[in-house]
Amino acid sequence: MSKKGTAGNQGPGIRSDCFAALEIKPSGGIEIILNSKVDALFKNSIQDLAHQILDFFQIKDAKLEIIDRGALPFVLAARIEAAVKVCLDPQEEFLLEMIPENKYQTRIDRTRRSRLYLPGNSPKLMLNAGIHQPDGVILDLEDSVAPDKKEQARFLVRNALRQVNFYGAERMVRINQLPQGLDDLTYLVPHHVNLILLPKCESADQVQAVDKKISEILSDSGFDYPVYIMPIIESALGVIRAFEIASASENLAALAIGLEDYTADLGAPRTKEGRETFFARTQVVNAARAAGIQAIDSVFSDVADMNALREVVLESKSLGFDGMGCIHPRQIKVIHESFAPTEKEIQKAEDIVRAFDEAASKGLGVVSLGSKMIDPPVVKRAQKTIDLAVKTGQLPENWREQGSDQDH
Amino acid sequence: MANKYVKNAVGRMIPEKINGKPVIPYQGVHKYKTTRRRYAPLLPSCADYPEDGNKLVKDLKTVLKKAGLKDGMTISTHHHFRNGDLVANQIFIAASELGVKDLTWFPSASFHCHEPMIDYLKDGTIHHIEGSMNGPLGRFASLGKMKGAGVLRSHGGRYQAVQDGDVVIDIAVIASPTADSFGNANGLTGDSACGLLGFALADSQYAHKVIVVTDNLVPFPCVPWQIQGNYVDYVVEMDQIGIPERIISGTTRITKSPDRLFIAELTAKFCDEVGILEDGFSFQAGAGGTSLAIGNYFGEIMRKKGIKARFARGGSNQYLVEMLEEGLIDYILDGQTFDLAGVRSMRENPNHVNTSPFTSYNYHGKGNFAGIVDVVILGATEVDVNYNANVVTHSDGYLLHGIGGWQNCLFSKNVILPIPLFRDRIPIIRDEVTTICGPGELIDVIVTERGIAINPRRKDLLDAVKNSKLPIRTIKDLKEEAERICGKPEPVEYGERVIAAINWVDGTVIDVVRQVIE
Repeated sequence: MSKKGTAGNQGPGIRSDCFAALEIKPSGGIEIILNSKVDALFKNSIQDLAHQILDFFQIKDAKLEIIDRGALPFVLAARIEAAVKVCLDPQEEFLLEMIPENKYQTRIDRTRRSRLYLPGNSPKLMLNAGIHQPDGVILDLEDSVAPDKKEQARFLVRNALRQVNFYGAERMVRINQLPQGLDDLTYLVPHHVNLILLPKCESADQVQAVDKKISEILSDSGFDYPVYIMPIIESALGVIRAFEIASASENLAALAIGLEDYTADLGAPRTKEGRETFFARTQVVNAARAAGIQAIDSVFSDVADMNALREVVLESKSLGFDGMGCIHPRQIKVIHESFAPTEKEIQKAEDIVRAFDEAASKGLGVVSLGSKMIDPPVVKRAQKTIDLAVKTGQLPENWREQGSDQDH
Repeated sequence: MANKYVKNAVGRMIPEKINGKPVIPYQGVHKYKTTRRRYAPLLPSCADYPEDGNKLVKDLKTVLKKAGLKDGMTISTHHHFRNGDLVANQIFIAASELGVKDLTWFPSASFHCHEPMIDYLKDGTIHHIEGSMNGPLGRFASLGKMKGAGVLRSHGGRYQAVQDGDVVIDIAVIASPTADSFGNANGLTGDSACGLLGFALADSQYAHKVIVVTDNLVPFPCVPWQIQGNYVDYVVEMDQIGIPERIISGTTRITKSPDRLFIAELTAKFCDEVGILEDGFSFQAGAGGTSLAIGNYFGEIMRKKGIKARFARGGSNQYLVEMLEEGLIDYILDGQTFDLAGVRSMRENPNHVNTSPFTSYNYHGKGNFAGIVDVVILGATEVDVNYNANVVTHSDGYLLHGIGGWQNCLFSKNVILPIPLFRDRIPIIRDEVTTICGPGELIDVIVTERGIAINPRRKDLLDAVKNSKLPIRTIKDLKEEAERICGKPEPVEYGERVIAAINWVDGTVIDVVRQVIE
């Protein structure tokens, strides 16, 4: 009896991807039919990789057809493995090297101004995502992946976590809604993922289920790096329970809102002015602040209109959000610029931090600036502003040495 | 007949003869100088031409017969109409009907619309092509199916070859958007308006017979006469010589690709940081999407700094024209008009100047405009760790692009190649390029999305970025990163046969292209 399985994408317009069709046969050995755009330069290495994978899964008799449009090895391997999975459902995984550049951890309070969505079954968009320097990338297994591609996307996303250098961006994955999303975690947690986005979150239980599963996988695989959680509130019920969700686990780094689904749930059309979402947005900001975590806004979907995006980001900042999603790399710069502190804010923050330093050096317990007393949270916020200004290049790292009387 | 090979100055093995003619191997930048006189056709006498100045002949076939078309001749055409050319194919249809064989086609460039030439290469009407072979023609030649070997030259190299007599043009056919019956012609008006006719200048001066073909015949005088009727033997009127929407190049749109925009922005930033973008500077950016974006970023920086460019070399297009009209640029020195905004500007604006390969690029000129330009932005299919670059073949060996003005531009003060580190799975920075089109000593900077490499010869540029936050890396480092991502490419095997020669600007041969094994 023969079994057949396919994975990947083909057709006009497909680049940096491949399509694998595997047929396991009762006899006849391995036959690999390769049709590759980069045949002249990589035919041996593609064949070798294919043999290696079939060998790993102890497949001795099969026909494997690969239609390759310049896929990188991590893509080829994911597609072939996904085709094997359809045929045999093996327990083992074929893992490529975990590149050392991807073993970094992130901090729970790191800057999260921008997070770039990358469809989990589209390798081409992943390759250069990091060069645009978003604060985070989201490999998405949920809405951007068609239902019949969910399984193969897991392999691709897992391989991307192991092999694609995102140059320091926080590596996030949006899992599917629970319970499917819990199974996604097996393919993510042992591969140095930094943060899990939990979509359409409506209860603390869901967060805790994810949290529990993460720590189980971590301890089973012998890792102890942090994997944070960012629930996305996308329904009226979620908004009402925002605080309960935001305080459900100490591994929560941020609370996000997704407005497309939320407005659909409300039954209110989404408008440019956004009055219909004002309550939800402020509720999410409040809940996040009350729980001591970051608040992250939705995405802006008109990728051509940078001026409108700028307005949206400025409003978002004024409501108290720390960042928002991007669906196109060109949005990143606008978002970073708009979330950046203004010159006035930087100046004020500098003055406050200087005043604090001065008070501390004199051993004074009370900080004052001019005739005003300054509370510790104000100092903390000022320090955050300074940190961001240094990060965005608005302030030199040695700003303290530059003197306070410079011309602003 | 066995061909002997010699190693040229960039280490490539060059056959002693190509198409039966002896070749001079490349000897280094500015090393080879001819001692010949200019090639010259016989002097004509006006007594042999119609007294009333009317040189009209009824159709293409008749005019080719009158011009003495016979086996083995060289016929030239030009690419002012780009992919909308309707004339070149007609010439070889007529030649084929006349039963003429073994012609050499000497276009200033070829495009996809010239795919029908494959039929005439197959039936023996055309022996070989000396000019760029893009797309289908390149594929055909790469597989060794062309009778002779192709010879690729830069725009300046084409002028040089004509002046040197390396190529003797028997019949030049100049498709002209507007002309009079005396043969005065220009590209400024008419349905097929394409701006200038600079690529046909050498042909009009040096060909034995010159035919002007137009679909917009005007009463004498046709002014300005970009092509002078005094050089012209015959004029033919046709219903249509070009397809207007294809004459306007499809490449003249700023790229929307975020990755290319990123490279473009990084390139502009680099130019600014190293001090190239100062008041009165000059630049040349091509018509590709990335180059156009760089011009745009230049504009942003110029506005911010309140500076102007003295001139821009074109490829003119709407973006460059907008900069001229905004006052960001004093002059456009235009070698090729890419869109209608460029055509209009050239017609109306005296500061938008019509140039030719002679003024801009010619090796036998008394001086070289290219050296005056502060920065040029060029493309490449591959660059090697010694900065040698390739623009004609892909890494799998297929000859798919022409040289254009690329080699000529390398003489500018700063030569910058913005290129992605890899395309699909193919690394662009290699140990050795498939085909050397330009020597590394003339290529200064490679800008990729993952870092900028500066040629170690350019100590001044290296000094200028010493304290910069720009991602400066060595070219080896970039190559290694590309190979970490893509894997190391396997060596490609080629056939023995040389299917094309790549000439350097001085007429020597810098590399050859070998047959691809399918």
